Amino acid sequence: METSIAWLEIFLNASFWVASVRIATPLIFGTLGEVICERAGVLNLGIEGIMTIGAMAGWMAVYQGAGLWSGLFFAAACGGIFGLLHAMLTVPLGLSQHVTGIGITLLATSLTSYVYRLILPEVNSPPRIQAFEPLEIPGLSSIPLIGEALFNQSPLTYFAFISVVVVSYVLYRTPFGLAIQMVGENPAAAEAQGVDVTVIRTVAVVCGSAFMAVGGAFLTMSAFNAFFFNMINGRGWICIALVVFASWRPGKALLGAFLFAAFDAYQMRLQQLVGTEIPYQIFLMMPYVLSILALIVMSRRVGYPQALMIPYRKGER
Amino acid sequence: MQLKQMRLEPRIRVPFVLVILAPVVSIVASFVLCAGLVAWSGASIFEAYGLLLKGALGSGFALSETFARATPLIFTGLAAAVAFKSRFWNIGAEGQLYAGALIITVLGTGMLDLHPGLIIPILVITSAVAGALMLLGPVLLKIHFGVDEVVTTLLLNFIVLLLVSLLLEGPLKDPMGLGWPQAEPVTEAAELPRLFQGLRLHAGLLLALLFSFIMWIVSIRTTLGYEMRAVGFNQKAARFAGMPVKRVMIITALISGGIAGIAGFSEVAGMKGNLTLDLSPGFGYTGIVVAMLAQLHPLGVIISASFVASIFVGADAMSRSAGVPSYIADVMVSVSLLCMLVSVLLVRFRIRWG
Repeated sequence: METSIAWLEIFLNASFWVASVRIATPLIFGTLGEVICERAGVLNLGIEGIMTIGAMAGWMAVYQGAGLWSGLFFAAACGGIFGLLHAMLTVPLGLSQHVTGIGITLLATSLTSYVYRLILPEVNSPPRIQAFEPLEIPGLSSIPLIGEALFNQSPLTYFAFISVVVVSYVLYRTPFGLAIQMVGENPAAAEAQGVDVTVIRTVAVVCGSAFMAVGGAFLTMSAFNAFFFNMINGRGWICIALVVFASWRPGKALLGAFLFAAFDAYQMRLQQLVGTEIPYQIFLMMPYVLSILALIVMSRRVGYPQALMIPYRKGER
Repeated sequence: MQLKQMRLEPRIRVPFVLVILAPVVSIVASFVLCAGLVAWSGASIFEAYGLLLKGALGSGFALSETFARATPLIFTGLAAAVAFKSRFWNIGAEGQLYAGALIITVLGTGMLDLHPGLIIPILVITSAVAGALMLLGPVLLKIHFGVDEVVTTLLLNFIVLLLVSLLLEGPLKDPMGLGWPQAEPVTEAAELPRLFQGLRLHAGLLLALLFSFIMWIVSIRTTLGYEMRAVGFNQKAARFAGMPVKRVMIITALISGGIAGIAGFSEVAGMKGNLTLDLSPGFGYTGIVVAMLAQLHPLGVIISASFVASIFVGADAMSRSAGVPSYIADVMVSVSLLCMLVSVLLVRFRIRWG
């Protein structure tokens, strides 16, 4: 009898909800960053590499003596630089966004490995840093279940929630956000309105990439306190799928990332429950399978930005 | 605000010299751009690059290593080139390679007891089928649901690798493997012969050359090749011209996945002898660079794969003697990809200011 309800009891355990929110955090940053890029009409497949370099750069800065927040800023700046490179190649030059993005991922990932090895040539176990401590919000954190999950988290998790609100506000309520949407839907019309398509798209890709890098940095500066080579492990690609799932909306991106993370946290606990009867690899496959399924389910009713992946050349029809 | 005034003007006639020059310039540019990184490690730039060249091309052994490394890259590069030509973005060659390696591990480690002349063709075909099937899902999803194939093929890479890990720790685990997650070696009959005594270069290279040649003939001499190019060039126009666009895309995907699957066969049966989790250090992803450097030309793939392989093999040697981390090879290869994208653009277009 006990085991038959154990799979339900997982939901009643506060640690499950805490883990879900923690797993969701990098996905929120990554998905949000990709939403910003794609809303402006630029697919950014550099995300996997940008998250990797963000994870290494932020961690390395702190390891070399920087403060946690300046380390985070450094990670974001590194992400922004790779975003700028992606934007320069895909926006004014109009190169294939698919191939360029893969190229950015390959470059950022290999550069990460190279620089890490160069600075730390002979380390067997990765060195550790003093990571972000959970920040308890007095009062709210004592609400059962939800309190601990939402109000006793890393400062970066709160930053992720705030980012969703800020990005939504900017995207829907400010002239700059409307310009981003416009260049992603109809760049020719935007140009006619006096909006500079190249500048808006470039700025959007740089900002979006900075968010992605922060998502990567969360892993080394908050979730763990060390850097490993295969740390990102496809999280970037999962974010790309989550963008479609979220129909290119920041609020839905938050929801999608959380649902996804809850599923991931659940399968990890289920894995402990069933023991070795089912090989652990089956559970590890689930996030990827789920992403593909999400793409299929959402494909019927996607409202993707109309100019996504279409380079804009002035005066060309 | 000079960026504003930049215009790209298509060249009416593209000089052939520029087409040949583009990859050469990109490679030189990548060496120049990466010099700073090499210098950062404290090594002398010229000495380090000298060691790289010597390690890749300096001896018979070095050449054998380079071409042995080029073999899987020719397959994966060809797989990418075939698909990209039709604008089908197969980023899943890594997974397809492992799928091919998996199936021949099942069939080639004792299940089929046949003469080498019979078993090798069977294994080539089955590994191709396995790779092709890996890509059938993504292409059907693209055609019927409009699901982007980049994401599905990328995600499948992770799924296949986990599947390999599962099988290597379970049913395919070599009982003699001292507990390591590795499969039993393929039987002697299923092994691809070595080309020279004492060197690792194997008959997989001949197979790779053969497939490059076949794909070249297909692309210039057959209706299918023409249709594949047309679909890539302008899908709408191809449809109006009465071409079966969907069928062409499915066939393209199957060919692309099949070729990547054979890479798995060639690596297991020619190089490593058995399937392990580190069979491919990213051959599938590097194949994309190979294809782009070759400007998607099936015969060009042979040259660009050899070049990319020489960087990897040379960087290993350089890393040992000059202390530059061998990851420099990955950096150089990815920089040359980005340079290549730009130089191809400059070949096709002229930049005009004002």
